[in-house]
Amino acid sequence: MMTTDHTTVPVSIRMDLVTILMSRRFITLTSVAIALLLWEFFGRQVNPLFGSYPSAIAVAMVELTLSGRLPSAFFQSLQPFVVGFSIAAILGIPIGMLLGRFRFMEAAFGIYVTAGNAMPLIAITPLFMLWFGLGFTVKVAIIATLSFFPICMSTWSGVKSIPKSLIEVGESFVGSRRAILQKIVLPASVPYIMAGIRLAVGKGIIAMIVAEFFTALSGLGGIILTAANNFETAEMFAPIIVLLTFAIMLNAFVQWLEHVIAPWHVQVTGQED
Amino acid sequence: MALVEIQNVTKTFKTKVAGAQGEVHALSGVSFSLERGEIVAITGASGCGKTTMLRIIMGLEQASGGSVMVNGKKVNACGYDRGMVFQHSELLPWRSAIENVAFGLELKGMDKPTRVAEAARYLELVGLSHAAERLPHQLSGGMKQRVGIARALAIGPDVLLMDEPFGALDAQTREGLQNELLAIQAKTQQTIILVTHDLDEAVLLADRVVVMSRGRVAEMLDVHLPRPRPSLAALRGNPEFGNKRLRLWELLKTEMDADARKAA
Repeated sequence: MMTTDHTTVPVSIRMDLVTILMSRRFITLTSVAIALLLWEFFGRQVNPLFGSYPSAIAVAMVELTLSGRLPSAFFQSLQPFVVGFSIAAILGIPIGMLLGRFRFMEAAFGIYVTAGNAMPLIAITPLFMLWFGLGFTVKVAIIATLSFFPICMSTWSGVKSIPKSLIEVGESFVGSRRAILQKIVLPASVPYIMAGIRLAVGKGIIAMIVAEFFTALSGLGGIILTAANNFETAEMFAPIIVLLTFAIMLNAFVQWLEHVIAPWHVQVTGQED
Repeated sequence: MALVEIQNVTKTFKTKVAGAQGEVHALSGVSFSLERGEIVAITGASGCGKTTMLRIIMGLEQASGGSVMVNGKKVNACGYDRGMVFQHSELLPWRSAIENVAFGLELKGMDKPTRVAEAARYLELVGLSHAAERLPHQLSGGMKQRVGIARALAIGPDVLLMDEPFGALDAQTREGLQNELLAIQAKTQQTIILVTHDLDEAVLLADRVVVMSRGRVAEMLDVHLPRPRPSLAALRGNPEFGNKRLRLWELLKTEMDADARKAA
């Protein structure tokens, strides 16, 4: 059918274009590009003391990177973050599972987790400094504390939301409490645990910067505060942009991890793009 | 002695409605028994206690009184002498079909190569060898329920318990699975207790139908149809099938009419 072939070619090209234009990545990139352009345009109208704009921030970023300050500050910040975040996950996941699975534990300790999740970070920082000093340890403690609660609460509610019938499958095959926990409760709550980890990334990064502000000035938080005190607004934004980029990448990494660990959930809920 | 002996089982639920304590008698003295190789269907209007009875036999719920004996042993909890097929299959969504079938064997402590081989054998029995690696969401409703049946059969139970296993399926799939269950039973002589509200299904599959009403056995009907049985379509014209189907319908209708009068 030569004649129809002739007409289908442009149609398929148009379809490809529509697919590209409607793809999530393209929409996101367009949105970011427009936001940066608007920021550049309006940012230039503002006194550089009170605001900055992307091109100035980019210049500051290049300078800070070439001088080595930005990379070394980033790795300085990263160390307590990795340690604190790991502690939060290692404690948060099992404690969340215990709370969700055992009524006694939930009744006895659930209230502390619920309350702790609303704990104001700024209020506890001075106390933590008394306990842990001003160095590496206090930063780890602050990051771990703040990231712990979203992971724990999310795991807890995930375990609670597992259908009773799925637990009964384990019971009907004479599974011990431990076997049911390992083979049913844990895999079923992976999506919730991952959601908790993603929420905790944000909290952990905030905790990291606050810890750097209030304890020994260091890392990215150190650059931010020093630049702010010198009214170097563009230089202040550079580490913030690094932080935001880091958060987005970490979030994407956790999402990818969920695809690997729990492909069934992603496919069941139709999140694939 | 019969393989399954259910003697005078009672079940009372405590309820609390608007602060007032109350008791609901879900089962008030149910007795029946099964010989090895028999299929018994339990049917009745919704709320008659049929599912509660099945859950007590499985050990998922405790009876308030009376006893359930399987193979001479009193039932207190779940055990490998009984295998459960759930109404909505309840496959573990992160396990492939074959891993789901192997689940019970895994909990039983069977080593991996043996249980994989066993699971493959049972998948073949339900005709799903080709879908062994698929995850549950990649299976149709009928296929999921076949995996559910294979999972329950794999542990080698004395009695297979089925809770409205085909109730959620469309009519064509249901008939296909009913025929397949008959074929599997003809091959394995598996003893089966099946809860169903589908009267056709009860008469087609069962040697005996236990009709329950308000927590009691209202009537027991023996179905004198030969085994192996032909399909539902072929049985429709059979006078025995018609008579038993009609009798069941009358029993349930009387009760429904009584309920309607009470409500009016």
